Amino acid sequence: MILEIRDIYSYYGAICALRGVSLEVTEGEIVALIGANGAGKSTLLMTLCGVVRARRGAVIFDGEDITRRPTEKIIRSGIAVAPEGRRIFPHLTVRENLQMGGLASRDPERGAAGTAKLAHKMEGVLELFPRLRERLAQRGGTLSGGEQQMLAIARAMLSEPRLLLLDEPSLGLAPLMVRQIFTTIREINESHGTTVLLVEQNAHQALRLAHHGYVMVTGEVVLHGTGAELLANEEVQAAYLEGGRKETKQGETQQRETRQ
Amino acid sequence: MSYREGSVVAYFLQQLVNGVTLGSVYGLIALGYTMVYGIIGMINFAHGEIYMIGAFVAVIGFTLFAGVPLVLALLLVLILATLVTGFYGWTLERVAYRPLRGSFRLAPLIAAIGMSIFLQNYVQLAQGARIKPVPPKIEGGLTLLVQEGFAARVSYLQICILLLTLLLMAALTWMIHGTSFGRQQRACEQDKVMAALLGVNVDRTISMTFVTGAILAAVAGVLVTLYYGVVDFFIGFLAGVKAFTAAVLGGIGSIPGAMVGGLLIGLIEAFWAGYFSTEWKDVAAFSILVIVLIFRPSGIFGRPEVEKV
Ligand SMILES: Nc1ncnc2c1ncn2[C@@H]1O[C@H](COP(=O)(O)OP(=O)(O)OP(=O)(O)O)[C@@H](O)[C@H]1O
Ligand SMILES: [Mg+2]
Repeated sequence: MILEIRDIYSYYGAICALRGVSLEVTEGEIVALIGANGAGKSTLLMTLCGVVRARRGAVIFDGEDITRRPTEKIIRSGIAVAPEGRRIFPHLTVRENLQMGGLASRDPERGAAGTAKLAHKMEGVLELFPRLRERLAQRGGTLSGGEQQMLAIARAMLSEPRLLLLDEPSLGLAPLMVRQIFTTIREINESHGTTVLLVEQNAHQALRLAHHGYVMVTGEVVLHGTGAELLANEEVQAAYLEGGRKETKQGETQQRETRQ
Repeated sequence: MSYREGSVVAYFLQQLVNGVTLGSVYGLIALGYTMVYGIIGMINFAHGEIYMIGAFVAVIGFTLFAGVPLVLALLLVLILATLVTGFYGWTLERVAYRPLRGSFRLAPLIAAIGMSIFLQNYVQLAQGARIKPVPPKIEGGLTLLVQEGFAARVSYLQICILLLTLLLMAALTWMIHGTSFGRQQRACEQDKVMAALLGVNVDRTISMTFVTGAILAAVAGVLVTLYYGVVDFFIGFLAGVKAFTAAVLGGIGSIPGAMVGGLLIGLIEAFWAGYFSTEWKDVAAFSILVIVLIFRPSGIFGRPEVEKV
């Protein structure tokens, strides 16, 4: 078990956003987290990164309790995140944004060797997102929404995390790109052995990709099982997979565009 | 005032030299205001006092190293001033600002003013209210132009101030744009949560920004001590307001803005003093502050589109 969330309660002021969420992620797996808007999916990711502080419960990463650690320590222990809203640094160039992603590398080599290594890793990531390569010198804020999304994912990958948290990576991307993102996630998982916790509105594709899945409703986990089990589940079909098993038209589920 | 018909060019040249010298110093101090504002969206009103402390360290240092060769003494004083004010800058942030981060907007402002009063009085008590003279250290200079008996001169000290300022500004620019720390610092300016989510220690980055600003102010303090030959515990206020004006004029939060703003304020002050009246030269800076705040609060290089705290 690389990640274990035990009975977490998180609040925004008086609003209770997580009411006793428990969740487990096995090393090497892709775990999908689905749920309606406002269910608390992003809050869960932010809680396990220490940005939102849990009032009760514990987050165990790699056998260690990280619940009270400062965010940067949590990140440096091997977690990377492409958060909701992308949060690209608008005044840093694409290259600088990527370099920021390399900061939390677990073998932070300094000086020339470190720079060379980062450049090498960056090459690998740019293979996946060639559009970014053409834009390395451009300021992050001038990228299109979809390009920013690619940059956010690429940036998260650069620290070569053990656990990668992706909050709606397909948001705002064109259908072709969505498919590519899901392929990329599988590749990262298979070739690097990176564990992935994936929050998605694109429930069908996410569950097909995932080994396990969790369904959240208003701050609680109401269902969990393997990806296939959840896909076959009638409640899930009714609530999250419009028209049941048929291939979702990708365009439809992505109207929510939150360009920053 | 030796302003005569025949020496128009030489006289103008002299004001230009004086203005650039002053402007260098204001620019160095202004950088601290702008960097701290950039990262925490707050004016550090105790920054002028840090500069004043730098100046006092210079007085003490030059007395201490009286027997040492000049270049070495200057170097030692700069190091000493850097260490002392760097420490003050760090402490200031820890004691007065960090505990108040995230509380209501006026709280850190009040803390800043409190710290400023505290530092002034502390130095006054420790050093006495007397104006401290410093014997001139770097003497001599070059004559640029002589017209009708008026000689426009640039002293070696002025050259020294200008060179040191240019060197520091180049180093700072390199640090901000060419190093990992600078990148982290800019990232914190733009989105602290995301910076933390990438493994940046945001608190330490903020501390280091205070320290960097304090060091630049310290160097300015040392240079001014040499330039004017006197210091008192009140110089921080006036220089602080002028440098703050420079930062606002250049566009608060912008580093090139602080440099250019400093230069402009220095030139305006020198020309004002040279052509109108020395008595009213401080009013010039204050008037500019008011005018800029009314008509172009984002300054010359300001980025009004960036959301700050
Ligand atoms: N900063 C905040 N302050 C107050 N309430 C918040 C804040 N952020 C989230 N909430 C509330 O917490 C609840 C959970 O929000 P969260 O963003 O985690 O949902 P989500 O599952 O990620 O939704 P979506 O699919 O729309 O992204 C919502 O009711 C939301 O209104
Ligand atoms: Mg969300």
